[in-house]
Amino acid sequence: MIRTRDLTKHFRVGKETVEAVRGVDIDVAEGELVALLGPNGAGKSTTLRMLTTLLEPTSGTAVVAGRDVRAEPARVRRRIGFVGQGHGAGEDQRAGEELYTQGLLYGLGRATARARTAELLDVLELSGAADREVTRLSGGQRRRLDIAMGLIHRPPLLFLDEPSTGLDPHSRANLWEHIARLREKSGTTIVLTTHYLEEADGAAGRVLVIDHGRVIADGTADELKAGVSGDLVSFTVADGGSAATGAEIAGRLPAADGVEAVSGREPGVRLRVERGDAVLPELLRALDASGVAPTTVRVQRPTLDDVFLALTGRSLREENP
Amino acid sequence: MTTETAAPTAAAEAGVPRPSPLRDTGIVFARQMRPLLHRPALLLFGMLQPVLYLVLFAPLLSGLAGAEGENPWQWFVPGLLVMLALFTAGFAGFGLLPELASGAHERLTASPVSRVALLLGRVLGDVAVMTAQAVLIVVLVLPFGFRVPVAGLVVGLLLLVVLGTGVSSVSYLVALRVRRTFVFAPIVQTAVMPLMLLSGVLLPMELAPGWLYGLSRINPVAYVVDAERALFAGEWNAVVALGWAVAVAATLLVLLLGSRAMRRISA
Repeated sequence: MIRTRDLTKHFRVGKETVEAVRGVDIDVAEGELVALLGPNGAGKSTTLRMLTTLLEPTSGTAVVAGRDVRAEPARVRRRIGFVGQGHGAGEDQRAGEELYTQGLLYGLGRATARARTAELLDVLELSGAADREVTRLSGGQRRRLDIAMGLIHRPPLLFLDEPSTGLDPHSRANLWEHIARLREKSGTTIVLTTHYLEEADGAAGRVLVIDHGRVIADGTADELKAGVSGDLVSFTVADGGSAATGAEIAGRLPAADGVEAVSGREPGVRLRVERGDAVLPELLRALDASGVAPTTVRVQRPTLDDVFLALTGRSLREENP
Repeated sequence: MTTETAAPTAAAEAGVPRPSPLRDTGIVFARQMRPLLHRPALLLFGMLQPVLYLVLFAPLLSGLAGAEGENPWQWFVPGLLVMLALFTAGFAGFGLLPELASGAHERLTASPVSRVALLLGRVLGDVAVMTAQAVLIVVLVLPFGFRVPVAGLVVGLLLLVVLGTGVSSVSYLVALRVRRTFVFAPIVQTAVMPLMLLSGVLLPMELAPGWLYGLSRINPVAYVVDAERALFAGEWNAVVALGWAVAVAATLLVLLLGSRAMRRISA
């Protein structure tokens, strides 16, 4: 569906050249759901905008839905759906009419556009809001209308730029239900950008981690996490002395890695181990035998944030690094 | 991808092989007109300023000697319609600014719609509004003794359409370029005010000192005002021809530059 080679985009800001995207190779097969994950300013949206013909690449090639974005932008547009970061519907327009207009713009006949509008309003639970002005829709409704506009012509490939930004958790979950149903029903290939870890983790089949304009990791969430060395096991104890003893005991576990005693208000021990759940019983027995009584015990599977941290030394959660 | 999804896309492509600029212009025009159809009162919104001039300024002219003093409205209304065109069409870009900010314009450019249609459809919408407002003003002054020959009125309104097309195209192109209200607003004010003051809408430019009269002669709008006055007086002379020539030439130039800019903005 998508194949880019050495795709780059440079912007001129004043006298400086900003290299927003630096040589990106992306391959997406039919039916995939791929998330571009990265911090703000990583180049996710710029990449997406090149793939959707909204920005001309500085160099490199991109073939999207069988057509080159440079040579045949109009044909690419016809074959893809695009849901931008902002809201696609005009504020003084009515929801249903805006959707109908969108259908006409994609070359649907009047009757088809009308039928398709009714169908999408129904599927995305917007039927009651069809005659309402766009400004009077709720945030979730507006976002679903954006998605509907992206789908009006049944594109085999849909791009979503930060689809759930600004939505409350309930609307976000609801949006993802719709996206999941869409894939199930029509096998639409979906490429989205997000900086929500949970989204990339839970929903996407494949995650491309992007940082400083480059793809720094590519794989399923599980594959990426497997690259990080194991689960994080941590337990807290009553005092610093017990923490030191606990760390010594934990260090004797054969697979344990990076064991450290944590001092401070909640003294305890942290370690990385391949299968946290498997070593836990053994660890607890050993602690018990030495008279160390853990107050709390936790096993954390690595998150995509750990992946990003391992790759870049920075956390994705720091919004303003 | 299943065949179920492939078929409609392929069919859509076969049915409409290339974007048709004419059909697209119609679609964009219809979209532009919808808010107005739902709320016709919006039509009056842009008319306040000309109507105020009509009621609170035109009567002042009766103190002057000459044609403008004898029958102020007969002299003033044709120019007032040009003022209306300048304001309604000149401020057209304000309608695009929220769409540039929200992402609605981006969504349109991501669709296969013809780039030129994206400009022309909007311009046509504004010109339709402007024409409706002009007709409304003429109807308003008829009960007060204003008279205009039908042929002169029709040709005069057509000239207004040409002017409005050019002015509103420029307004959109500037809005597309600067994108932000706080930049756009002063630019439009700075452009529209001198164009109006130097066109002889309010007072005859013949009253002006030489340098000011000279300035008015490089203002295309002044020629349109002169032509409108002649047409509304039922005169068919060189002034009419010159006004048309200037308006058509200027608007064609704008459209040429505008369609090139539109293709470049989002090729």
